[in-house]
Amino acid sequence: MSQDELLVLIYKKDEKAFTYLYDMYAKSLFSVISVLVKNTEEAEDVLQEVFIKIWKNIESYNESKGRFYTWILNIARNTAIDKLRSKNFNNSQKNLAADNFVNLLEDSNKLVNKVDGIGIQEFIKRLKPKCIQIIDLLFFKGYTQQEAAEELEIPLGTVKTHNRNCINDLRNYLKV
Amino acid sequence: MDTKEYIESGILELYVYGSLTEAESAEVAAMAKKHPEINAEIIAIEKSIISLSSSFSPFQSVENYTKIKEKLGLNETEVIPMTPKKNWAAFIGWAAAILLLVGIGFQYTQLEQSNTQVVNTTNEKAKIEKELKELAIKKVAVETTLAVIKDDKNTVVALGGQTVAPESSAKIYWNKETQKVYVDASGLPEPPKGMVYQVWALKLNPLTPTSIGLLDNFDTNDQRFFAVSNTGDAQAFGITLEPAGGSLTPTMEQLYTLGKV
Repeated sequence: MSQDELLVLIYKKDEKAFTYLYDMYAKSLFSVISVLVKNTEEAEDVLQEVFIKIWKNIESYNESKGRFYTWILNIARNTAIDKLRSKNFNNSQKNLAADNFVNLLEDSNKLVNKVDGIGIQEFIKRLKPKCIQIIDLLFFKGYTQQEAAEELEIPLGTVKTHNRNCINDLRNYLKV
Repeated sequence: MDTKEYIESGILELYVYGSLTEAESAEVAAMAKKHPEINAEIIAIEKSIISLSSSFSPFQSVENYTKIKEKLGLNETEVIPMTPKKNWAAFIGWAAAILLLVGIGFQYTQLEQSNTQVVNTTNEKAKIEKELKELAIKKVAVETTLAVIKDDKNTVVALGGQTVAPESSAKIYWNKETQKVYVDASGLPEPPKGMVYQVWALKLNPLTPTSIGLLDNFDTNDQRFFAVSNTGDAQAFGITLEPAGGSLTPTMEQLYTLGKV
């Protein structure tokens, strides 16, 4: 199901809309949340909070401002960061930079997609370290280009293209 | 602006990530609406990053999804009203059970009746068979008697009543060819208990009695027809009443019948 089809169901208040919404995005959002909030129970709480926010504020999503996925991704990241702040992480952003999303892979017992995801996980392990860092900062942790350039000590103008090349590698692998 | 250059700039990735400013995002959204190739590119990028992140989603408890639905109050619609259906089904069930019980009870009574009938019929059949057998035996006895009586080689000796019992009589059927002797004792009264009739063959000069048999089981012999021993050359026959087991010589005071050949 595409995002547009899902939105039609959601706006029609279709009974199954929530189930589709959850099936399509819960795993992705839970990964993003788990990169930020390491404790599984807390991450689950955040995920609950995120889906409640999505469902209750669905009317405020505006297609002309961006993708639906981007909208819920922002809600997930912001809710997770709020959770970290509430736990008195003073310098949450700097703390976050210390490790990246690949750490989740190493704790492989936690993975839900052990079989389905095995190929793509191998691919991630072979990703260039630069790619891991840049995807980690921009996508998972929601850094701005400026923040990422500083963290990676690369010129601001190269952040976009670096990231583009990394995503192209991924797309070649996934054939999308 | 050249769309290819636009795509290659890497701005679409940042658009999907949500790392652009609001103004920049609105601009990309407008471009995507105008250029289908840009929109397709955005969808591809989104798909790849969702695949990447979904691929290592940590395990989350099953209840989490249920908890979210509960918190959103989305569960009510899934409750299927079962009660009326259940009651109806239960009623049908009980009715069927009762019918079955009544049916089984009825069948059981029927079976009992049939069994009794079978037993009764079997008993009757056995009784009738027994009677038939008895009749057959009687028939054979009667036929034997009749054959003996009808045989024209017989010498028939009529024995007349004597002093003790003037009313009594008997007949001796003596077949000289087969040397068989029969006694028709139907003219004799039933002997008192402990007594028995004894049949004697007599030679007259001098008077020599020879016992040729006892009329044992007098009361059960319906025809009062008895076979006795061969006589040799008797000249007369007599029947006396003797104590059970018989005597060596006839008790002449108890001579019931006597007749000459």
